[in-house]
Amino acid sequence: MVQPVLSIKSLVVEIPTRKGVLRPVDRVSYDIFPGEILGIVGESGAGKSMTGNAVIGLLERPAHIVSGDILLSGNPIHNLSASEFRKIRGKKIGMIFQDPLTSLNPLLTVGEQLVETIIEHLAVSKKQAQERAIAALEEVGIPAARERIGSYPHQFSGGMRQRVVIALALCAEPDLVIADEPTTALDVSVQAQIIALLKRLCRERGVGVMLVTHDMGVIAEAADRVAVMYAGRLAELGAVRDVLSDPKHPYTYGLMGSTPLASRGLKRLNQIPGSMPRLGALPEGCAFSPRCEFAQEVCKTGSSPFIANVDAQAACWFPLPHTKSRSSK
Amino acid sequence: MSAIVRAKALRRLFDVSKPWLNRVVEREPKAFLTAVADVDFEIEEGSVYALVGESGSGKSTIGKMVVGLTGPTDGTIEIDGIVITGNDQKAKIAEARTKLQMIFQDPYASLNPRWKVRDIIAEPAKLRGLEIKGLPERLLQKVGLSPEDADKYPHEFSGGQRQRICIARALSSEPKVIVCDEPTSALDVSVQSQVLNLMSDLQEQLGLTYLFISHDLTVVEHMADKIGVLYLGALVEEAPKETLFASPLHPYTRMLFDAAPKLDAFGREVDVPKGEIPDPINPPAGCSFHPRCPLATSKCKKTRPQMRLIGNTRVACHHV
Amino acid sequence: MGAIFAPFLAPHDPFNPATLNLMNGFTGPMTPNQFTQDVFVLGTDDQGRDVLSTILFGMRISLFVGFSAVFLAMILGVILGLLAGYIGGWLDSVIMRVADVQLTFPSILVAMLIFGIAKGVTPAEFRDQVAIWVLILAIGLSDWVQFARVVRGATLVERQKEYVQAAQLIGRANIAVMLKHILPNVLNPVLVIATISLALAIIAEATLSFLGVGAPPTKPSLGTLIRIGQEYMFSGEWWILFFPAITLLALALSINLLGDWLRDALNPRLR
Repeated sequence: MVQPVLSIKSLVVEIPTRKGVLRPVDRVSYDIFPGEILGIVGESGAGKSMTGNAVIGLLERPAHIVSGDILLSGNPIHNLSASEFRKIRGKKIGMIFQDPLTSLNPLLTVGEQLVETIIEHLAVSKKQAQERAIAALEEVGIPAARERIGSYPHQFSGGMRQRVVIALALCAEPDLVIADEPTTALDVSVQAQIIALLKRLCRERGVGVMLVTHDMGVIAEAADRVAVMYAGRLAELGAVRDVLSDPKHPYTYGLMGSTPLASRGLKRLNQIPGSMPRLGALPEGCAFSPRCEFAQEVCKTGSSPFIANVDAQAACWFPLPHTKSRSSK
Repeated sequence: MSAIVRAKALRRLFDVSKPWLNRVVEREPKAFLTAVADVDFEIEEGSVYALVGESGSGKSTIGKMVVGLTGPTDGTIEIDGIVITGNDQKAKIAEARTKLQMIFQDPYASLNPRWKVRDIIAEPAKLRGLEIKGLPERLLQKVGLSPEDADKYPHEFSGGQRQRICIARALSSEPKVIVCDEPTSALDVSVQSQVLNLMSDLQEQLGLTYLFISHDLTVVEHMADKIGVLYLGALVEEAPKETLFASPLHPYTRMLFDAAPKLDAFGREVDVPKGEIPDPINPPAGCSFHPRCPLATSKCKKTRPQMRLIGNTRVACHHV
Repeated sequence: MGAIFAPFLAPHDPFNPATLNLMNGFTGPMTPNQFTQDVFVLGTDDQGRDVLSTILFGMRISLFVGFSAVFLAMILGVILGLLAGYIGGWLDSVIMRVADVQLTFPSILVAMLIFGIAKGVTPAEFRDQVAIWVLILAIGLSDWVQFARVVRGATLVERQKEYVQAAQLIGRANIAVMLKHILPNVLNPVLVIATISLALAIIAEATLSFLGVGAPPTKPSLGTLIRIGQEYMFSGEWWILFFPAITLLALALSINLLGDWLRDALNPRLR
């Protein structure tokens, strides 16, 4: 079996506050393999970005990893010091953020930023780095890369800027790329371009991509596998096709049903009642139980289900049956 | 049915010139951004009219002009037959304006954090001189919150609940037309569906008219009766929902439909749309979509297409 | 606290000539007077006034002047800042240019200028009575700029928010939008600046009094006390200068700490 690029095992992140300890990430486990896009989807506050931050060692104090392992190509990275982390960030892990304007330095030309990153992480001369930078820009589809390498970030449009960010994330040839809402700030037509680009590069380079987003549509188009998060826990994990067209967890089922697309032709949209509980006020048992139409006694009082202890695609004591049998209900 | 909102040749420019001194020194002319260019549309009473478009399409500017937050540079807006964009008959205009309300995009910025929910909801009614005793409580119940919430402050509510409060505030002055500017784009999917359902229910119960502004085609498809597609400030296509989704005519509309992510398109290899939205300060000559259009010919580069009626659809393209 | 309750706390009334005994002049701290055997905790000054009591009363005057001046500056600054930020246009330009010009002069200079003018126009016999009010006016007028700048900045931010648009579209008058919607939301930074300004105003008052243009010796503030004490610094009666100076320092420091605390307490993210 291929070794995963990233392997997260039962990761727990806690934030101590005056009112008690919050767990924005609770016993989360997943693997990302080379050449694969794993989509992390969930609503705001579900802990999807926090997991990504833990992987790149950018948890903001006082949040910290309490237990669990993070393995990058088999090597543990969850207990590295800040300076050791700095070495693998950029080199082994590339990052793409939501707002391309803030992730580029406005005072340096695009070329300078690329060359700087390449020289820092790869053993090449300045001249070679320059050539690599141009190649990187060409690869992400920036026309006339040789001329535009001297331009500043503000001279690019939003979509082009996000391409530059992608080039920057990939130029040191990382094994893993973390893309946190990479298309949320972009228009639909540009979003399609960026998704296509990410998919192509992921496949060609064989890098693993963690694609964090709240948009089910983006997940459906881009990801190979998907992890659905709810209240800091993994609700469901599996191949995109299985999870989206045949969800086993009632939350995923509700989430899919409440998109306007899924209720096409209906007068009213399906909706999940209530909203996600705050981390400080998680219900006992399954975190989704108060909103779940299938919830039973054990869901509300028993221990919380995790994918590890229910041994299935969904962290649910009563995973939904196959879609076909459900629709005949 | 009659049109309750009627916009004619609506045009809005924004002055984006540098400061006066710089302009004189650098000998540059004044620069203008055309946010809205010659837009005509009518909204039937009791219907939902949606404006879709990407950033810079002018959809929010149109919404602001309809409620009177900003005036048009040219053109007129009529509400219930009264022109509200002129300067004469101030009393009549003020009266017509009371029929308008707005729901905003960002539920965190649209409620005054220092006010109690009760006062927030009552304010529009109070200003109209309506009876406000018990009104906030009634409206809160109507939007699915509890009457006790009236004494809380906005920060005690989640995004979806705040948007419900915004809806309650909009209803309190008993408007006929509500402009909804991206009302759910800041909300999570499961909350979005709750808010959209609430808005549909209220529209039906109270016979409201919505001008629904959004960039999200799936939301628009669910909510709207009639849809206008905007590109760079101009209406490129307008049709009843069914017609538009069944047979989009304008190449831009088609591109939008193709580019929108779909839930059942696993691993779909899309025909990636070309290019990006051009700079609105210097839009392309002729049809502003021609640099990205697969059908563009030399005619498109020179003359701007006029709106034509084809079946149920109004479309601005030389090639349909 | 001590200053507010000065009349009850002070062991001696320093300004009642009947209780003053010139014999008690220049008594050292905690030592019995060589003529009268009276003991004064912090000693007495040249006219036999108890230093502790004068400090307590001096603080009262300093604080009163400080509070009033800051209040004046705050009212003026908030109104002008709101107008500049909300109305914008030429009004904004005019107000902020005036503020910029005033900012290029040290505020103590502006205060002295105002003080000088006021002194010129008031008849001599009222001078001592109005001195304190003139002082307040002078410091207040020299201090409004930072309030105006902060309020204008905050107003510009708030004006863009949608709740302001919601109020505008139902036809709320500008003045109502400004006072009811924007003002409560820009007050946090104003209160923080006010506490910092308070410390500065007290020091400004002390400086003016020290320079002899402030509170008259009949109603000495801390600055006046320091000026008086300074004359005796090298002749051995160090306490006349030392204790008022320490008090001023402690006062300014504690007000600054109060400001820090207030800033944290008002910051919703830290709550």
